[in-house]
Amino acid sequence: MGAKNSLVGLTVVEIRDGLRNGDFTVRELVDDHIHAAERAKNLNGYITETPDLAKDMASKSDDKISRQELGSLEGVPVAVKDLFCTKGIRTTAASKILDNFVPTYESRVTENLWGAGAVLMGKANMDEFAMGSSNITSAYGPAINPWKRESDGDDLAPGGSSGGSAALVSAGVVPAAIGTDTGGSIRQPAAFCGVVGVKPTYGRCSRWGTIAFASSLDQAGPITRSVHDAAIVLEAMSGHDRRDTTSVDRPVPQFEKFLSQSIKGLKVGIPKEYLSDSLPTEINKLWGDGGLWFKESGAELVDISLPHTKYALPSYYIVAPAEASSNLARYDGVKYGMRVSDKSLEQQYSKTRGSGFGPEVKRRIMIGTYVLSAGYYDAYYIHAQKVRRLILEDFNSAFKKVDIILTPTTPNESFGLRDKLDDPVAMYLNDIFTVPASMAGLPAISVPCGLSGTGLPLGLQLIGPAFEESRLFQFGEKLERAAEFSKKPSSYVG
Amino acid sequence: MDLDKETVASVAKLCRIEIQEQDLTPMAQELSNILSWIEQLREVDVSSCEPLSSVVEAELKMRDDTVMDGDLAEDVVGNAPDSTNNYFLVPKVIE
Repeated sequence: MGAKNSLVGLTVVEIRDGLRNGDFTVRELVDDHIHAAERAKNLNGYITETPDLAKDMASKSDDKISRQELGSLEGVPVAVKDLFCTKGIRTTAASKILDNFVPTYESRVTENLWGAGAVLMGKANMDEFAMGSSNITSAYGPAINPWKRESDGDDLAPGGSSGGSAALVSAGVVPAAIGTDTGGSIRQPAAFCGVVGVKPTYGRCSRWGTIAFASSLDQAGPITRSVHDAAIVLEAMSGHDRRDTTSVDRPVPQFEKFLSQSIKGLKVGIPKEYLSDSLPTEINKLWGDGGLWFKESGAELVDISLPHTKYALPSYYIVAPAEASSNLARYDGVKYGMRVSDKSLEQQYSKTRGSGFGPEVKRRIMIGTYVLSAGYYDAYYIHAQKVRRLILEDFNSAFKKVDIILTPTTPNESFGLRDKLDDPVAMYLNDIFTVPASMAGLPAISVPCGLSGTGLPLGLQLIGPAFEESRLFQFGEKLERAAEFSKKPSSYVG
Repeated sequence: MDLDKETVASVAKLCRIEIQEQDLTPMAQELSNILSWIEQLREVDVSSCEPLSSVVEAELKMRDDTVMDGDLAEDVVGNAPDSTNNYFLVPKVIE
């Protein structure tokens, strides 16, 4: 690992060791990653790149290292989903309506990253306002999955909404990225791109300064190439923030310590409701393999039931659009963002929003407005919130019997960027396995565990009890070790 | 659940999103499909449960009633499409 070779492809752990040993400087590391981004332009992973700022941050980091002041992410190049406000750096939420928005403040999560020594490489592409499972709703064109099918060279979806973040990590452009997960927006793209993604417990990370989609569900989390790296990045992002009342005031564990802990005698729940006739055989088989690997590590498999699983997705599509319709009311062409001028203020609102939002965002605002409107509020919104309680109670009962739950992350592998355009419901079904944990606010991780018959990555998901992210890392490390997933995508630039 | 064109137009008005006349019918069809799929929630017996609005079972925290920051008027209007003297400007609303 000499300084002469490219430093692209190193993990967060390797960077930490290399910098401690003085094998290379942060500036060398960052320069190599700037060049890596140039080689990966075709992936459209970034909306805004920040090479000058990155060089500046790198030099400051090298100064700190010379004084032996190393933060937990010192010098680590990081891509940040373009949903986190970054002071003085354009933040678009991948929407035309925020095309010219330059925040005058910094989100708490990114503030934590810079405090830990991380270096911002750029703002990652995503679905518009985090609404989507493929990246096709980005106003800047979709990010592209670095993986291709063995049979053809078609451009595939990186998943969404944090698709740019996952694609950049998968291709080796950055060792780590951060995303947000409302119904699967970290885990599903991580699975599609063959990388690790964590959605922490609701309340673990502050939402302050993160552009809101559905406030009762949104959580920030890391995307990395190893479970160990995810533990390090999540620890740096987490923590209480008095500016977000839903951020929880409890200590952040040292997640790394749990990686090596044995799972002997612990119980892994296998929920029967995640098995359907339409689940591809190869995903079902991989899920079975995951169970076997845990047994070989000394854990016990326990069949469990989460009876309301099938209702998680439809109730999510009431709760999330309802909250979105309220959150997105702020884009009115007055305070920030684009404006389509008109003599009438009413017309100006409607024209600005009609032309600034893309089709999927409009669809969700419309659904949300409808389910909250007079006469429908109880029938839809309150009903969905009651179903949400039943989903949470299912998990609460399950965690009386088991320590962790194992499921597939997605019901399918990645698909062509041109597929699934016509039918919103078919697209929503991508999140069928990730949404239940979101509705219950529980932490979950996706670990790449195998390849499909067409040569695309598949992930398994672990769901833990609230604030037990430690367990995700403890079990996730065993899964990672047994799966030995090491193949790199065809667009790997490392 | 079938939404007609008129309902879609009135929802669009409620959320201040301009939709062209020719787009109302396709939009009605799309939204109807989504709502019909959501209808399966009617099967669930929720008679004995309270709505869940927050998964964090924490009491709302109290804080001292003091100024946390301020004097940021220029930052606040910094991204406004139109402003003057730290005011947001909009078209005239009172005749």
